[in-house]
Amino acid sequence: MSYRLGVDVGGTFTDLLIIHDETGETYQAKVPTTPHDPAIAVIEGAKKLCTAHGLKATDIDLFLHGTTIATNTILEGKGCRVGLIVTEGFRQVLQVARAFVPGGLAGWIIWPKPEPLAPLECTVEAPERMGADGKVVRPLDEEALRKNLQALKNEGVEALTVCLMNSYINPAHEKQVAKICAEEFPDLPVSISFEILPEMQEYERTLTTVANSAVRPRVSSYVRNLSKELKDWGMRGKLNLLRSDGGLMSTEKAEQAPVNLLMSGPAGGVAGAVWVAKHAGFNNILTLDMGGTSTDVALIENGQPRLKRETTVSDLTVRVSSLDIRTVGAGGGSIAHVPELTKALRVGPESAGADPGPVAYKQGGTSPTVTDANVVLGNLPEGLLGGKMKLDRTGAQKAVQTIADALGIEVMEAAAGIIDIVNENMFGALRLVSIQQGYDPRDFALMGFGGAGPLHANAIGRLMQSWPVIIPPSPGVLCAYGDATTRMRVETARSFNKQFKDTSDAELADIMDKMGKEVATELAGEGVPKSDQEITFELDIRYQGQAFEVPLAADLSLFKAGKGIKEIARAFNAEHKRLFTFNLDTSLEFVNLRAVALGKPANVSSPEIKKGDGNAARAKIRDHLVYMDGQEREAVIYDRRNLLAGDTIKGPAIITEMDSTTLVLLGHVAKIDSFGNILITPEE
Amino acid sequence: MPARIIEKNTKKFTPVKVDPVTLDIIENALRNARVEMDATLFRTAMSPGIREQGDAFPLIADHKGRMVVGQFGSFIDGFLKAYDGDLEEGDVIWLADPYTCEGAVSHANDWLILMPVFISGRLISWAAMFGHMTDIGGKVPGSLPTDAVSIFEEGIRIPPVKIYKKGEYQKDLVDLVMHQVRMPEWCRSDLNAIIASCRMAERRVHEMCERFGEDVYVSATEELLERNYRAMKQLIHTTVAEEKISFTDYVCDDGMGFGPYKIHCSMWREGDKVILDFEGTDPQSASSINFYLNENMFKMFFGIYMIMVFDPQILFNDGFYPLVDVRIPEGSLLKPKFPAALSCRTHALGRIFDVLGGLLGQRQPEFLNAAGFSSSPHLMFSGFHKNGEWFQLFQIGFGGIPGRPFGDGPDGHSLWPGFTNIPNEFLERYFPLRIERYESTPDSGGAGFFRGGNGITMCYRFLEAGTISIHDDRWFTYPWGVNGGTPGARSQKILERADGTREVLPSKCDRIQVKEGDLLHYITWGGGGWGDPLERDANLVALEVRRGLVSFEGAKRYGVVLTQTGEVDKKATKDMRKDMAAKRGKIKVFDFGPSIEELRKTCEEDTGLPAPVAPVWS
Repeated sequence: MSYRLGVDVGGTFTDLLIIHDETGETYQAKVPTTPHDPAIAVIEGAKKLCTAHGLKATDIDLFLHGTTIATNTILEGKGCRVGLIVTEGFRQVLQVARAFVPGGLAGWIIWPKPEPLAPLECTVEAPERMGADGKVVRPLDEEALRKNLQALKNEGVEALTVCLMNSYINPAHEKQVAKICAEEFPDLPVSISFEILPEMQEYERTLTTVANSAVRPRVSSYVRNLSKELKDWGMRGKLNLLRSDGGLMSTEKAEQAPVNLLMSGPAGGVAGAVWVAKHAGFNNILTLDMGGTSTDVALIENGQPRLKRETTVSDLTVRVSSLDIRTVGAGGGSIAHVPELTKALRVGPESAGADPGPVAYKQGGTSPTVTDANVVLGNLPEGLLGGKMKLDRTGAQKAVQTIADALGIEVMEAAAGIIDIVNENMFGALRLVSIQQGYDPRDFALMGFGGAGPLHANAIGRLMQSWPVIIPPSPGVLCAYGDATTRMRVETARSFNKQFKDTSDAELADIMDKMGKEVATELAGEGVPKSDQEITFELDIRYQGQAFEVPLAADLSLFKAGKGIKEIARAFNAEHKRLFTFNLDTSLEFVNLRAVALGKPANVSSPEIKKGDGNAARAKIRDHLVYMDGQEREAVIYDRRNLLAGDTIKGPAIITEMDSTTLVLLGHVAKIDSFGNILITPEE
Repeated sequence: MPARIIEKNTKKFTPVKVDPVTLDIIENALRNARVEMDATLFRTAMSPGIREQGDAFPLIADHKGRMVVGQFGSFIDGFLKAYDGDLEEGDVIWLADPYTCEGAVSHANDWLILMPVFISGRLISWAAMFGHMTDIGGKVPGSLPTDAVSIFEEGIRIPPVKIYKKGEYQKDLVDLVMHQVRMPEWCRSDLNAIIASCRMAERRVHEMCERFGEDVYVSATEELLERNYRAMKQLIHTTVAEEKISFTDYVCDDGMGFGPYKIHCSMWREGDKVILDFEGTDPQSASSINFYLNENMFKMFFGIYMIMVFDPQILFNDGFYPLVDVRIPEGSLLKPKFPAALSCRTHALGRIFDVLGGLLGQRQPEFLNAAGFSSSPHLMFSGFHKNGEWFQLFQIGFGGIPGRPFGDGPDGHSLWPGFTNIPNEFLERYFPLRIERYESTPDSGGAGFFRGGNGITMCYRFLEAGTISIHDDRWFTYPWGVNGGTPGARSQKILERADGTREVLPSKCDRIQVKEGDLLHYITWGGGGWGDPLERDANLVALEVRRGLVSFEGAKRYGVVLTQTGEVDKKATKDMRKDMAAKRGKIKVFDFGPSIEELRKTCEEDTGLPAPVAPVWS
């Protein structure tokens, strides 16, 4: 028997999903997250799930895990105390940063500047200098460095970072400094900038490497602890973690370069969407993962999620590849308010979160939230089997009334307004990943998941004109699906700053070949035989003089055949035109090269559901009233468990299940496909 | 003659009631469009000044030219009043001459694109952006000649011309301009980027009109302006008194040995209206430090400051313009007569923000910020590589952010919106120089309960011979402190020759020849301090000493005495603070440092430069 277990640790719940590799049969469970030690919920949940289905620990071949441990370490400011070694003259590299002050003209008056991730008192200088041409300007003074390092001994640092000027071109001094650090501080992990990010720009490289150090001890202890517990339980399979770029990495790699885990959590949802979409037969998807406090959106083109070359968590942005996921502070718990001076209706970013939560949950919340507006409108019916708690509609109405009064409108209008505004905020984020990147959203389907996504997806599909709107089965545990079905991934990058005229197909082919072998070997080391690997290349290109480069996929065989540069120039001009509407006569230059090795895609099939007679009446729970398009309307509530393939439902309708509620709007039709997805389209 | 707008469709827009939700959605969409304009620009521009540093400013205006989103507008009105010609669908205006647009742009380096947005034959909106070009020709590289006495020496002047005429690109015109500049490739690319950004805004406006309808769009922009008017009206009533208050600050010198130049502004309220009167400001300078200040531009600055200081929630746009009356005397430093030179207006531009801060916070010192918005120090470095290729760098530096009611001023950060520094590795990769030090200068921020930000010390080692220009200020007068905070340190430039000799360079200079191996110490000013330094947490002072932001000796400015191991000596600190408090007497609202006359006396000794001579006007 061959099973894989996907586990996604969220803020409130830990989702677990077991998939049988051949049949695609799944078992799932949801247990409360244990924030003080997330591993407890993971282990307990796994044991419970296996026991419930008669499986043993030894049946699990692969344990695949999306974790927010690194993210939370940053969000909660619980990164370790990092010591930093920089080139003499640059001690304040993190203090001065890029000199940027957000907030527009006069924004400085109210900007709270965050403290550097490596405290300035824990930053020491290395007397050395490397030139921009990679030649040594001033050799490292080892003795003076050792002396400087003594200052760190009283500072209680828990990890060290080395980042020296121009090390992206020649890391010799960094290696030398790292060696001395290891001698002086044998117990501390040392992160070296050249290994984490061998690219130009000292501030970004320093920050990224420091971020790696900051999350390292906590991630390490979590990973070690989890591995041990799994072993004690009797699991013999391999434990892999989900990276921010949607690929998987081994635990060993995760311990060395945990900065790759910062977006591990949300990446699971996108990976899950990729898997669902592939089976449902959709290549181009926009994802809408809406939770209690925020919403993540992303774009998937030809089955591939878009990547970006940075990762952002709160006010920290590091140069590490991640899926291009945009987050807006818009969720079910977002609070609506009307500022005194402008009398505008605002929703979020303040959130009632899980505690006290929306008014309707009766846990002490008093501010009107998006969920309350949904309750008032009837989109979230009271007393359903799925809902664990009874909703307080009267309370929600009272709260939304305060908004109506401030705006001088009716309560239903106010509730509808709150929903329109929050939808608009999500629409804004979706525009960023689609229209702003030159994509036409009409070429994409929209997949709604997370706790609140299915409730809003139809309305957002209408704003985007993205059809159909897809609600996958169990939309609340899609992340765990993603964890369980994505591939292993290893990436390496290097600076290659040359004009097209100064290089050749042969030179590039040679370098790409070497980089390809490097990642192949590394991935083999992670247990993926070379026969199962796929190697791809990416080149960053720009017009000489531009600051931003356009990443393009490159075919090694074309370079070997001497046609690579010509072809990549053509592709660049086409992409630049698509993105920015114009081309220039300027010469082109390479900036960075990347090689990626991918493991075999999971050979997991998606189970089909029974076909019905097209009549959804068997799933009907009851009739119901919803306020939609300016008036109350008759709607029907359905139980998703009883829907069969081929069923058709006319909006307005509500489809409920354990962890989520889907809203079908007036003038729209929902169809159930053979995998149990709900596909919503405008009525013909 | 004002501009004539030719519309194929002469039907007037019908005012419609816009429900509050739609209004908020349109507001949000306009904000997003502005962000997209910036994103497009930064990704496609080429000069480090724009692509790395962000020296460019977008806006979207309604069909009457009033800015609805943006931050450095609104200059369309000035252009419309001055432009003698027709404007029709497909036209795009390019201009870069302050004298032909009532100061819509304030020096010829700022190239402005104005794009009227038409839909179904009617003008419905404007998109505009201007950006600073690294070079526009003229007598010195960078085109900011300190010693210019007329605008004809400052590079190419572009009057309002159509770069697109009925949709047709005017290539000859662009070629003619590009022929005058030293860095045509950068200028061409930056110009392209600015146009692409405006096109982006045009597309978004079209989409909004399709989605909501043209009448709704127009009525919504009207209402957004009105919303701002109402909010500002209330704010002005509660914060500006009828009694007149005034504030004075200075531009240190004119680069020709004269100074300081006085900027004086008075503020009072008459009914709903605020009057801002620059009567008392010095006459125009004979050199290029004049700043042609557009009245609407100043309204904008005033509005943004009001909002940021008193209520950052308000959406900022041109709606409140009728509530403000700006008076600038003709022939003054802020409204010079043609053809006065204007290129180095950055110092006066920066200084009016200090003046605004001083005015607005005067009556409510708890809202008052210290000084430090001096200017944006520039460095130009140009010459020929050994291989014969021309190189030219224009770099903007940063100083200390003033101490604020909100907290310490950040060290070496930018007061200009959206600006960033150029990565040193980037500089070293593309220019023949090496940066040997880039860090803030300890003790350069004024002491205070909230410390002023430290200025920056940046050391350039030149690896090839070339020519440099420097534009900076606040080397003679101090960035003042407030509410007990002390002034920040002044700026300095020192050139250390390869042969070991040292010379102090003037704050404003051109044509300084540097040789391979010379080292330039470029030291910017610190921000003034806010509040009583004797009440600052002594342990925080000790920590900042460990951090190298304050020196061991500098801690004494806070009355903090440290032991040899860096701990606070509690007893000695208590005694010293008591002693200092007794000696200084009552805390003043402003601490400007020594008077102008005293500064003159000690100038040479303190700064290594002769004192500027008081300017005389006939």
